[in-house]
Amino acid sequence: MWLPFCLSGPTKIPTFGSQRETHPPMSQIAELQRTASQVRRDIVRMVSQAQSGHPGGSLGCADFLTALYFHTMDRKPGFAMEGKDEDMFFLSNGHISPVWYSVLAHSGYFPVSELGTFRQINSRLQGHPTTHEGLPGVRVASGSLGQGMSVAIGAALSKRIDGDDHMVYCLTGDGELQEGQVWEAALFAAHHQVDNLIVTVDRNGQQIDGSTDHVMSLGDLPAKWAAFGWDVLHMNGNDMADVVHVLDQAKTHAGKGKPVVILMKTEMGAGVDFMMGSHKWHGIAPNAEQTESALAQLTETLGDY
Amino acid sequence: METQTFTQTIFGRFIVTGKKATRDGFGTGLHALGSTHLDVVALCADLLGSLKMNDFVNEWPERFFQVGISEANMMGIAAGLATAGKIPYTGTFANFSTGRVYDQIRQSIAYSDKNVKICASHAGLTLGEDGATHQILEDIGLMKMLPGMTVINPCDANQTHAATVAIADHHGPVYLRFGRPNWPVFIPSDEPFVIGKALTIKRGEAVSIFATGHLVWQAMEAVKTLEAQGISCELINIHTIKPLDEAAIIESVSRTGCAVSCEEHNRLGGLGDSIAQTLARHLPSPQEYVAVDDTFGESGKPEELLVKYGLAPQDIVQAVHRAIKRKG
Repeated sequence: MWLPFCLSGPTKIPTFGSQRETHPPMSQIAELQRTASQVRRDIVRMVSQAQSGHPGGSLGCADFLTALYFHTMDRKPGFAMEGKDEDMFFLSNGHISPVWYSVLAHSGYFPVSELGTFRQINSRLQGHPTTHEGLPGVRVASGSLGQGMSVAIGAALSKRIDGDDHMVYCLTGDGELQEGQVWEAALFAAHHQVDNLIVTVDRNGQQIDGSTDHVMSLGDLPAKWAAFGWDVLHMNGNDMADVVHVLDQAKTHAGKGKPVVILMKTEMGAGVDFMMGSHKWHGIAPNAEQTESALAQLTETLGDY
Repeated sequence: METQTFTQTIFGRFIVTGKKATRDGFGTGLHALGSTHLDVVALCADLLGSLKMNDFVNEWPERFFQVGISEANMMGIAAGLATAGKIPYTGTFANFSTGRVYDQIRQSIAYSDKNVKICASHAGLTLGEDGATHQILEDIGLMKMLPGMTVINPCDANQTHAATVAIADHHGPVYLRFGRPNWPVFIPSDEPFVIGKALTIKRGEAVSIFATGHLVWQAMEAVKTLEAQGISCELINIHTIKPLDEAAIIESVSRTGCAVSCEEHNRLGGLGDSIAQTLARHLPSPQEYVAVDDTFGESGKPEELLVKYGLAPQDIVQAVHRAIKRKG
């Protein structure tokens, strides 16, 4: 079994132990890790079955989305598009749909068995997330990159008008920050003090054609976001204890006049040894042998779909 | 006075009461919605004065969001506001409301079925002196190709006011296209606006003239000339290009036997093509286009441009003669 907090890789993972004032109970962390392990299995099985999809970024964000849905977000039972009196989440980097679908299914938005329809004809689980087929949990289509933050800002503004003090969360990729619209949104959120918004950037440093440094350098991201007027936090996105802690911390930073961004260091392919440390598994499916090898590294905890 | 009486005889209740820009109708319509529809919110990309949105902004500042010069972001924010139950009206020029943000509209609004009202001023050649960078002539085509998108191009300030109000009660994305110049006002202020329902300006027998936007007035001028020549014209205002009132088009052409379409848009992809498709499928008939002939515009005064690019009343007169001749 892969141990998420023993992750090793070419990039140094910063530690944030000194920032911690309270530790979430270890039993809770262990429970979230168990869920994340099943989510990872689901990702591998979905992409393998469809023989298409994006396993790399999905695996990297499994811990974050598990913590967000099972620990952080205040969600109401069922699904209401308008999301009134509950936290809302928008996935901007829609290609990591497998991880979101798995987390949504285990959160009760639709039957886990439906994961087996991913990318098949007549499915609600489209290659990229969409509202068009009425999949509960999804509030806007994403996939064409750079748009999710703007949409999340709109939802946050609506909550402000309504006096609803719930949060709006958004996840975006790091390669996605090359889209200009992201920075339009960043300007807007700071100018209009959209402080009920927590954006997380999946800083895995990889994109389709190579590393982000190779394809289009993002430069000093903490300085860039700070210069745009955002409250900047850091997270090791593959250390469940840190994910939970920083998400808790982010909530305390909200409501202070600044939008909050979490720069989340992850490893693309995290949890499957041969998918890590490279951009190559951004958007290809494992063959039968690779699937077997991947699943052998991931404990089945909640039952495969 | 004689002209006015003649016009009144021809066009019944549609008589000119003054001149106003269609964007003025948008401004008053939006302001009216402020008190009747509390979920209506407005966004603007640094063109408040041009879009005539100031009355709304001044009265309901908490329901207005200035986004600056970032139209893509504006469309996304509008999608988010709509997701959470608001009815956002976005305001900028037609060029920046469509071509510049097509993918944002396609994915975050149309495909996601968001109740966003995309309100687009300064459409077409009549934007005038700013030239072709700003004179979009392709926007109707772009927007009508998006599944689920309603496309409306009102013909005067009163109709624009009524359309602005009417679309608030229609759930789904809407593209509302209007313009810059002062233009004759001839739709009665109490004329109901029904989305998707063609408005007959005048009944006639020899030809069906279908006009949208500023070209409805041009067509009225043309009809005066044609009627004086003894040609009985039917003039129908197609303010809603999508969904198209196919029944009205078929019914009219089945009586007159030929059609002329008039629009301030590229000949490719506009109202004319929608009518041609309807006729081809249901009632093949001669049709002539009054439209911009697949070219960009240029700087100039609106009236000069309408003449140079073939959108003057005289062009409609000639198109009617050609259409009638083709009836055989």
